[in-house]
Formats: sequence, C-alpha cells, structure tokens
Amino acid sequence: MKRLCEASGISGYESEAGRIAADAFAPYADEVRTDSMGNVVALKRAARGDSPAGRILLAGHLDEIGLMVTSLEDGFLRFTTVGGFDVRVLPGQEVMVHGQRPLPGIVGSRPPHVLSAEAREKVTPLDELFIDVGLPPSEVAALVSVGDIVSVSREAINLMNTRVAAKAMDDRSAVAAMVETFKRLADCRTAVDLYGVATVQEEASDFLGARTSAFRLQPDIAIAVDVGHAEIPDAADVPIMTLGKGPGIAMGPNIHPQVYERLVATADDMEIPWQTDPCPGATGTDAWALQIVREGIPTALLSIPLRYMHTSVETLAIRDIERTARLLAAFIVGLDGDFLGGLRGANATRTTV
Amino acid sequence: MLLEQLSNAAGVSGNEAPVRDAILAYVRDYVDVTQVDSLGNLICLKRAAGAPECQRKVMIAAHMDEVGIMVVHIEGNGFLRFRPVGGIDPRVLLSKAVLIGEKMVPGVIGQKAIHLLKEHERKQVVSVDQMFIDIGAKDKADAEQAVKVGDYGVFATRFASLGPTMKGKALDDRAGCAVLAELLRGGPYPCDVYGVFTVQEEVGLRGAQVAAYAVKPDVAFVVEGTVCDDSPKKTDVSPTTRLGAGSAISIADRSAIADRRLVQFLVDTANRVGLPYQFKQPLIGGTDAGRIHLSREGVPTVALAVPCRYIHSPVSLMSQADFDNTVALMKAALSRVDEVVK
Amino acid sequence: MKDLIKQLTEVWGPSGQEGAVRGLITAAVKPLVDDLRTDAMGNLIAVKRPTVESASGRRIMLAAHMDEIGVIVTHVDANGFLRFSSIGGVNPLTLLGGRVAFGNGVRGVIGIEKRESPAEEVKLEKLFIDVGATDKERAERLVTVGDVGSFDRQFADLGDRLVAKAMDDRVGCAVLVQTLRELRSTSHEVSFVFTVQEEVGLRGATTSAYGVNPDIAIAVDVTATGDTPEARTMAVGIGKGPAIKVKDRGMLAHSGLKNLLVRMAKDSGIPYQLEVLEFGSTDAMAMQMTREGIPAGVISVPTRYVHTPSEMVDYADVLGAVRLLVATLSAPMEF
Repeated sequence: MKRLCEASGISGYESEAGRIAADAFAPYADEVRTDSMGNVVALKRAARGDSPAGRILLAGHLDEIGLMVTSLEDGFLRFTTVGGFDVRVLPGQEVMVHGQRPLPGIVGSRPPHVLSAEAREKVTPLDELFIDVGLPPSEVAALVSVGDIVSVSREAINLMNTRVAAKAMDDRSAVAAMVETFKRLADCRTAVDLYGVATVQEEASDFLGARTSAFRLQPDIAIAVDVGHAEIPDAADVPIMTLGKGPGIAMGPNIHPQVYERLVATADDMEIPWQTDPCPGATGTDAWALQIVREGIPTALLSIPLRYMHTSVETLAIRDIERTARLLAAFIVGLDGDFLGGLRGANATRTTV
Repeated sequence: MLLEQLSNAAGVSGNEAPVRDAILAYVRDYVDVTQVDSLGNLICLKRAAGAPECQRKVMIAAHMDEVGIMVVHIEGNGFLRFRPVGGIDPRVLLSKAVLIGEKMVPGVIGQKAIHLLKEHERKQVVSVDQMFIDIGAKDKADAEQAVKVGDYGVFATRFASLGPTMKGKALDDRAGCAVLAELLRGGPYPCDVYGVFTVQEEVGLRGAQVAAYAVKPDVAFVVEGTVCDDSPKKTDVSPTTRLGAGSAISIADRSAIADRRLVQFLVDTANRVGLPYQFKQPLIGGTDAGRIHLSREGVPTVALAVPCRYIHSPVSLMSQADFDNTVALMKAALSRVDEVVK
Repeated sequence: MKDLIKQLTEVWGPSGQEGAVRGLITAAVKPLVDDLRTDAMGNLIAVKRPTVESASGRRIMLAAHMDEIGVIVTHVDANGFLRFSSIGGVNPLTLLGGRVAFGNGVRGVIGIEKRESPAEEVKLEKLFIDVGATDKERAERLVTVGDVGSFDRQFADLGDRLVAKAMDDRVGCAVLVQTLRELRSTSHEVSFVFTVQEEVGLRGATTSAYGVNPDIAIAVDVTATGDTPEARTMAVGIGKGPAIKVKDRGMLAHSGLKNLLVRMAKDSGIPYQLEVLEFGSTDAMAMQMTREGIPAGVISVPTRYVHTPSEMVDYADVLGAVRLLVATLSAPMEF
C-alpha cells in the first residue's frame, strides 16, 4: 500500500501507479490487463471457468488529485489543479514536476514578512501560487512544458495505533484492499468471475474509468470501494464515520437494497465491524456511475474511513483496510446463481414485487 | 381513485416499491408483459392491436419517485438528523409533519418558538443541517425502537379534492403516473407501447437512463407534473405554466431540447380533438427526457405535463380539467402515433 | 478558405436549430465522401473510407459542432417586449446594446432595466428584447415563446485575423471540410461528424459517438487565449499555431494521442501550442466516455473573445490546424 500511495498517478496519467497495481494483483489473479483507457483489470475466474454463475466487479480508483503546469514565468511555474484540491494546503508543499525528467519543486508563496496584515488574513488564491524547481529559467524552459503533470511528494508516515498518513490514500487504499481481497481468495473457489478494476479518472473526469470498464465487462454486481470522511475535532458534521471501526456500508438510492442487506449480513456473520453510511443522493464515487451503465447494475459501496481527505496527509487505520478485504472476500465466496438471479429484476407478473 | 392512492403512497427516490405495487395492481390486467429491472423501474409492454403495420416502439415515461428525506443520524437525546433526497427548498420544511420508514412513524420538524427567538434569528434561513425531527422519543435507544439511520421519510399530507382542483403531496409526478396508467388501460394502439414507470428521477434522471437503454424506443413521450407559478406578482414575468390552461408542452428545458416534429404533432393532435394546451416556459427544470433522448444513438422525445402549483413542497395543487385533458391528449396522440414515427 | 469560414459563421444555427448549417455543409462535403447521413438528433455524419488498406488502419471520428450559442424567448410581456433565457453559455455583458436574429428573419435589440447603481451585476433576468412591436399581440405575430435567436453580426476579414460570431465552432466545421478537401491518402476510415447541441451539453456528440463507435476520436473546437490585456493566465495565444489540448474543465486528453499529435506537428514543421483550459469543455469529453471508452483528444483553434459576437482567430492558425489534421490522418495513428 505504501508503494501504491507513494507512486505518481494523477488523473489521466496513472501509468506509474497502474504498473504497481498490476504487479500487486498478478500473483493472485488468472489474468491482469490494462485497457485502452488505462484501467488495470485483474480477473480471477470462477471455479467452473466455462460456466460461471455470474460476474462481480470491484472498483477502486487508481487516480489521485494533482496539479498541472499552465504557464512558465521567468522560471517559475504557474499551475492548475487536477481534481478537487483545497488550495489552502498547497503553500509550502514539496512536489515533483514530471517534465523531461522528474524535478523536485516547492509550492512557494510570498513570505509573511513582506505582506500586509490584511493580505495575511486571506487565503492565497490559486493564480498567485507558483512552483519553484530551483533552476535557471532557460533550463526550466527546456525541461518543463505547459501541461506537464505535478504530483505531491509525500512519504507515508506511520502514526500510533497502526494508523498511517500518506497522500493518495484516496483511493490507493481501496486498490490495496482489492489486492488483499484477491490474496484472500487465492486458495478459494468462487462461483463467479471476479474482476478487480483499478479505475482511471474518477477524480477529474466524471468516473470515466468505472463507466467504460463496466460497459465492457457487464457485471451482475458492482461494488465500489472508496474512502469516506472520518470525524476530526471541529467537524460537527453528521453523518460521519470513525477511524478504526471498520468500513462504511452505504445505503440510499445509489445502492441496491438486496446487495446492501447481503453485505451487512455477511459482516455480522463474520463478526467484522462496520459502520452505517447513509447516502441520500449522489455518493460522489464510482458507484454513482456504475449503477446506470447499460441496463443498470445492482451496485454497492464500501467506504474506508479517512481523515483529511484530499490533503497530502490522508490518515486511516490499516485494520480498516483488512476488514474491508475480509468482508469482500466473504461476500464473494458466498455468491451463487440464486442470489444473482434474484437481482436481475423480476418478471412482475410471475413474482410479487 | 388511483391518483389519490398514489399521492398518499410513500415513494422517495430509491424506495419506490409502495408506489410500484399500487400501479402494478391497477394495470397488470391490461398489459401484456410487466418487468421490474435492477433499479426498480416498472416496464409495462402493451402490444399493438392485431397484425400492426407499425414496427416501431413507443416509450412513455412517468416517474414514481418523490422528493423526501433520509434519516442520517440519531442524537443521544432521541432527536433525528436528516437530509433531503432530491431538491427541497429548506424554507418549506419548518413546522411540517413527516412519516418515517416502513412503519410510517410520525415525526415533526420543529422550530424554536417565536417567543424565544432573537430579532436577527427571525430573519435567518435555517439550513437543513440545523434542523431535526422529533418523533417523541426519550433518548437514542428509545428512538431506535421505531426508526433507524437510512430510513426514508415523506411529508404527512393527505390527498383531497377541492372541487375543480385537488391537493396532495408528490403530484410531481404521481399525476404523470396516473395519466400513464390510464393510457395503459385504454387502447390498444397502432404501435407497441412501453409504459415505463421510472425510479430516481429526482436524484438525476437515473431510472429513465437505464430503462431507455433496455427498451430501445424509436420515439418517447414523458408525462410530468410541472412547475406552475401563476400566483400574483409585482412584475410582468412568465408564470411558467397556468393552472387550467391545459397540458403544458415543453419546447426546451434544462435537460433537453424537444424534437420539434413531436411538439408539432402534439399541437396538431390537440387542435384536431379540440383540447387546450400551453407551452411551458423554456429552460425551466428537467425531466426524464434529458436522459432518454440521449440514449444510444438518440431518441426523438417530447415532454408534456400537468401544471402543479407548489411542487417539491409538502402539498401541491393541480386542476382536474388539466389532468383529464392530458389523458385525452395523450390518448389521441397514441391513437395516431404511427403517423409520426415512420 | 476564408470564404468558407465567412459562409459558415454567418449562417443562422443556435443549438437545436442547426438545419441551415447542416444544409451548407452537406453541399460542401457530399461530392467528397463515400457515405453521408443525418441521425435522429440531427448530427451530420460524413464517412470517408480508407484509400489504402492497411493493418494499421483505424476507425477515426472527428467532431466539430454546428450549433452556436443564442437566446430563447420565455415570455412576451403586455407591452410586446420579450424576456429570454440563454442557450449555452451567454455572458449577459456581451448582450448589452446588441442585436439578435430569429429564424424567421425578425431582428431585435437587447435592452436592460434600470440598474440601482453602476456596480450592480448585469443579470439575464434584467434584459429584454425589443422587436419594435407596440404591444403583445403585435409582438406575437413576429415571435412567440420558444423561438430562438442568435447574435446578429457580419464576418470581418482583418487580413491575418478574422472576426465573426460563431467562430465557435464554425471555424472547426471549416477545418473539417477543408481537411476533407485536402486529404489524399489515408489508411483509416474517417467519420467527419458535424454535431448538434454541443453548447447545451455535448448532446449530439454523445449519441453520434455511440453510433460511430470509433477507435480514436478527435474534436476540433476553439480554445481561449491569455494574450489580451490583464487576461486570465493561459499560455495560449493567437498566431502561434493550433493548440493541442492537454486538459480542460471536463476532460484530460488521452496522453498517448496528445503525444502523437505533438509528434506529428513537430515532424511536419507545424508550429503548435499546448493547451490547458480552466473553464469549458468540448465534444471530446462526451466521445471519451462512450461505450468502452475511446481515446480522445482535441485540436483547438486559439480564439479571442470566445462567446461574444466578435470572436477572433488567426488565419494561419486555422490553416495550421488543417495541416496537422491532414498529416495525422495520412499516417498510421499508433500510440
């Protein structure tokens, strides 16, 4: 997971992280491919390979938010955000500019000593920030182009109680959870074909990877794995989850009620702690796109509790990733044709609705 | 009366089953095939009469879901926190009654008594995250006997006729569902008709998208309950639609530009049969047509609606004549739909 | 090619009413293609089959949109003034003192209610159209609720620079037509799609891409520039060549396709710019999301004053876009 988080994989430029994900899946999958959009697709075939009871798709997004160079000014780089970056966390952040070669840089801003009290009260807007790679302008012009990707530099940090802070926990922690799920199932026989997809461009392009991979794979069930907000001091928001209490199992219009019930029953049977995650509308995850692909897909969402989302110090409890994997593995092993058939929609003149 | 039954039923986006059950009971003996898909859309096929010349598929959509609320948290003291499902103006929520969950547990959205309010508080709009529902519970454990996080809630409004008009909740779009149900009970028509009662329109036209993909229609009509803002105003602006002026045809809204041939077809039909109609103010709101018309390689689509005052609030109002005229217009249109969908 | 651009920009065609544009383009492309059809939404799809068979041949979709932004009448008041809403992204400031033309030839002037102070924001709700009618009844003989209008402006040739309304995206349509005229040899099957309703949500591209189902998609549209006084920072300027899009508000160009376009520009000696656009998107966003996903990119014509009645392009940039597209289509498109 650390390798996944420390790798660069900004929306649209996920290949470095994609390679690590593919290598991680490989020992536990029958097949791993990368499609034309960059999605990494791992397949574990059903025990009865020629007649699987159905297909399940797990989706965790590969891409992270980042920055992109928009212009060069006297050797300094102006930039824009790729995905939802809170500009307030950027000043003083170390970054990597992916130009002709990787260039370490700093997001600079003017020092407080020269700013008026009034200026210091305000958030520095994006167009007043710049990246400094510490090189003369002519070298910068030769090495960096408009459109070059910039990733945040952050080594993962071990905190107390097996909590870890890193960048891109959203959503590499979910990719790690999917790999862990495959690992747990490596010696198991499943009735269904299992597709684990590390999707591209969830953050910046309206769930592009999830939509397109689900269109191709046409699964009977789709479960998105993402991160969800965990409580911190001063956020009196409800609803919110708690770190270390297990994954959130979402319910609401985005979620198929029978898949939800089955996940809950599985978690309770296996004594895996989980949390409620009521979602009255759009979940803001791949699940939102998966549910309405083609004729519709019964969809669910598991959320790994995470503090400080979309910063370079996203923090979670490792145990929550393990629990998510255990829950998915148990759920998948328990799937059979009867359950899947019941989801496909009923001919209402024969059965009660 | 079906519309009354549908208006009173609880069917918030994502939980439309009670509405679907009522509709199914009403139409099942008049259609050839019914099916429920994985999102909960109810698709009813009424085949064309005899050996039809028309080989085309006509889809008619009306959405079963209503805007409502979802319980997201239960406080230690037994009060419930909630969020809207679909678009609700928070200003209509204070001091209203709701019914929560399958058991329809009554609750009230309270607000501090006026006597206790400071002057500046009386001018502030209260946001949803500051509101709460009181079901009379003593504490959290007590509340959990009756409701749980994730439960849906609807406004506790009873439907009633006021003579020329009727009032009730969720007329957007139970009115459309009732129109469609009547169409399925009528006919048969010259082409195969797919009556699709969609889900989750209020949270993003989602049911219609997957239903259109599955049905693959050649032409589509959407029947809605739409904005009617004809109360007195200080300035000369459009009322969007007028109560009693007939079915409101959409030329364009935020989600779709109607196929002009279909707009003309409805106008011609109305003129032939002598039915009143009006044009809805362009670019207000969106309907299932937004997703249907972009399905696969595109589907010519038009939306028409029964004008409803106060939609997306606890109680709306519509005209009996507008409802009847919409049924009549759609019946007349379907009876000659083969002319427009060659 | 200036004549083609003049003709295309002057024709009337707001979103949903692209008929006249389609007619003009049909006449221009019909003799040059193997197949020509109009789909249910009104998209014009012109297919040129490969001139040479090759294993590296792909199915390519090119898209340029026929529609322009405009206004739609929402209400006729008691005195014959028209209230309206915008079709696509119309900035109310660009309307003040302007003229609109309706489909039936009627023209009107845009006026504004009194503002309480000069600092008050100019909002669409405060504007109205005056068609010179004296009352509601007379107005309704000329226009009715639902009628659509566009900016009323002539094309102007300033020499190196051209100015017109609807350069967005008639200049893109012109690039596609000219590319068709100049493309001699290709191993690819190329669908030149002139789309509808881009300005109201990329709608035509959504359905036409589903139908064409290409291997690669390239949109030709306009992009903004950062080269006018106190402009929002942007590295693109007119006169520096066509722009190859890296990112805009709605999509990230497929990096392999983007790199291919850059290579083609370099190898062919065509000056080019790399483009990051903060606001707005193009048909490529819709094409990218179709079915199993389509690698998509954009060749942009840098344009000043986008979404105003006087959009300005550099003629050499337009010719450069054509050259780049022809060069790309004439070679294998591998990435």
